[in-house]
Amino acid sequence: MSFFTEENRSLAREIIGRYPRRRSAMIPLLHVAQAQAGWVSEEAMVEIAELVDTTPAEVLGTCSFYEMFKREPVGKYLVNICATMSCALAGAAELMEHAEERLGVRAGGTTPDGLFTLASAECQAACTEAPCLQVNYRYRYRVDADGFDQLVDDLAAGALDDEIPPHGVTARVRQHIPAGRAVGAVPPEAVNEPPVWIAAAASNGAGSA
Amino acid sequence: MASYTIPHAPGFVANDAPRIVTERFDHPDSYTLERYLATGGYEGLRAALGRTPEEVHGEVRSATLLGRGGAGFPAGVKWGFCPPGVWPRYLVVNGDESEPGTYKDRLLMELDPHQLIEGCLIACYAVGLSQCFLYIRGEMAVAQERVAQALNEAYEAGWVGRNICGTDFSVDIVLHWGAGAYVVGEETALIESLEGNRGMPRLKPPYFPAAIGLYGQPTIVNNVETLANLPWILRHGAEAFTAIGTPTSPGTRMVAVSGHVQRPGVYEITNGTTTFRDLIYGDDYCGGMHRGRELKAFVPGGGSAPWFTPAQLDLPFEASEVGPQGSMLGSGAVMVMDDTTDIPAAALTLTKFYAHESCGKCVPCREGATWLERVLRRVCDGTGTPRDLDVLFEVGASICPGDFPHAAVPERGLEPKPFPYQMTTICFVGPSAFAPVHSAMTLFPEEFEARVAPNAHLDTGPSDGPASGTGPSDGPASNSISEVAIRV
Ligand SMILES: Cc1cc2nc3c(=O)[nH]c(=O)nc-3n(C[C@H](O)[C@H](O)[C@H](O)COP(=O)(O)O)c2cc1C
Ligand code: SF4
Ligand code: FES
Repeated sequence: MSFFTEENRSLAREIIGRYPRRRSAMIPLLHVAQAQAGWVSEEAMVEIAELVDTTPAEVLGTCSFYEMFKREPVGKYLVNICATMSCALAGAAELMEHAEERLGVRAGGTTPDGLFTLASAECQAACTEAPCLQVNYRYRYRVDADGFDQLVDDLAAGALDDEIPPHGVTARVRQHIPAGRAVGAVPPEAVNEPPVWIAAAASNGAGSA
Repeated sequence: MASYTIPHAPGFVANDAPRIVTERFDHPDSYTLERYLATGGYEGLRAALGRTPEEVHGEVRSATLLGRGGAGFPAGVKWGFCPPGVWPRYLVVNGDESEPGTYKDRLLMELDPHQLIEGCLIACYAVGLSQCFLYIRGEMAVAQERVAQALNEAYEAGWVGRNICGTDFSVDIVLHWGAGAYVVGEETALIESLEGNRGMPRLKPPYFPAAIGLYGQPTIVNNVETLANLPWILRHGAEAFTAIGTPTSPGTRMVAVSGHVQRPGVYEITNGTTTFRDLIYGDDYCGGMHRGRELKAFVPGGGSAPWFTPAQLDLPFEASEVGPQGSMLGSGAVMVMDDTTDIPAAALTLTKFYAHESCGKCVPCREGATWLERVLRRVCDGTGTPRDLDVLFEVGASICPGDFPHAAVPERGLEPKPFPYQMTTICFVGPSAFAPVHSAMTLFPEEFEARVAPNAHLDTGPSDGPASGTGPSDGPASNSISEVAIRV
């Protein structure tokens, strides 16, 4: 009974090790689970609960708060069209109408071939490049009807596989702290003194360099 | 390095104003350690390490660096709120940028991640923060990659981690990432989220992060842009910083201007002196309204801010001037509406946002924001009644009792009502759901009255004359909120 692959298990341990308390790794681990399967299953949540020392219900509680975590499978490509003000001022509603027509599903729906899930989304911090959208959290800016059609064709043809990984995978470059350089995380209750450079400055009355 | 080409984030527009945080943006490799070191990178940290932590804190205090996350509180003063003798202390970097209209922190993370890292190190050194958590919005995959890449480079090169630059200063910077919830940008919710919980705000008092923050310890929460200013301040000195802008709003700030202007973009502007007119009409900035249109209204400081009209164009980016005129500068986000804009529909896009993002912890927001959205939608659809307009104000008053801030309307002899407001909620999401409704109804009452007139749903559009574009009442054919169709 193991949800995580061996590789992801050790990634999970590495992530947990960076925090003073294991539970802080909960959201990053839910992302690792979603990257592995494309969505977050109960099995994954049970395993995350074990890894961070809490109950599956607590994991579900956190998981269900956040929009990005999908608790059932979605399309390979999640197309999030921004509907907030700057994009609305630039024609986001027409873009959505066009997208619904082109993909043959309403916002929230998934195409029968399982390739696309279309969703209405909120401000994506690209407001000057409106209307915009994200496919699996990769941006497309100032999208018009033709641009949208081209994007769908390219995705379906696999032409964007390099840039846009399947749903669930977000960042592909990960932080790695080399063992010899890490300071290390300690539980807050294990510390009750100022860090050395503060203590040194206080006792020297001078710089620590 | 990433094995594929990351598209360069667009939007930044350079001009002649002094540049502090965007100085490297013109270089295509601005995000690499190599470029960073070749352009003064980590010199601010070196300068800091040659001085005592208190001296560094003093430099930042005298720079009057105002927080860029929304509240505009001076960073140096906030750093001083950590209770003495309580350890450990943490730094949490707020990279959750999601306020409607706001686009700057993502650029800073994607295009100059080392500048942010250096800023974090300077803050940690000055205040004795022993670990830093850099919380990036979940939807920003590329920003996460760029910052991860930069951290990996910086650790390898000895800029982060144990014994930085051969001194006894040691600190880890941990990249953390969210999963999509606007309210998590609120600092106490950010901390809840970082502890692995649902991102619901905590009550202040007692939970001011500087006193009781992450794991109950003193915690400094600063915005990405705030921290990105620190390397420059340490490199050039507080005096050089305060020489730019005004004494109460020194330096520069990044502002995203979106909507119906000729050249929407992210601009680094001189704080305190640049006016909204400069920004919207200046040749160096947005170059005026698009398609020769007229300006109808603009949101001056992100979706939460009460709206302005052309009557407020000459106000500068200075909180002490904007506040008394009824709004706030917020997160550096200006959204511009032309004369074809359907005002009730525009307000609805924002109210819907806040209603959707209510965390549900307090009743006036959870229920009130939803009501505001539902009633406003009805009004926009042309199926509302005159009574609905009273309901909108009544629900608003249950979130924000008393007069809500608004701009002056000279034609109607309406005086401004200064910022801020009173509120019955734990955080600002509830009031933010009301702000667009209140502004729209106060500045453009006739558009609402026309919408709830008998048979309004049979009209062909919002009623204010030839300038009106296609509105929701045009029927199912279009949901556009202004004349603009998809840009080509
Ligand atoms: C609902 C809400 C959302 C917020 N979102 C953000 C955000 O995305 N980024 C940010 O830096 N500050 C945000 N803030 C402000 C933070 O609470 C906090 O004031 C800020 O991060 C402090 O940093 P600064 O002092 O450097 O500005 C938000 C506040 C509220 C009430
Ligand atoms: S105001 Fe809204 S978002 Fe903020 S705590 Fe209350 S319910 Fe949650
Ligand atoms: S409103 Fe669409 S990206 Fe901000």
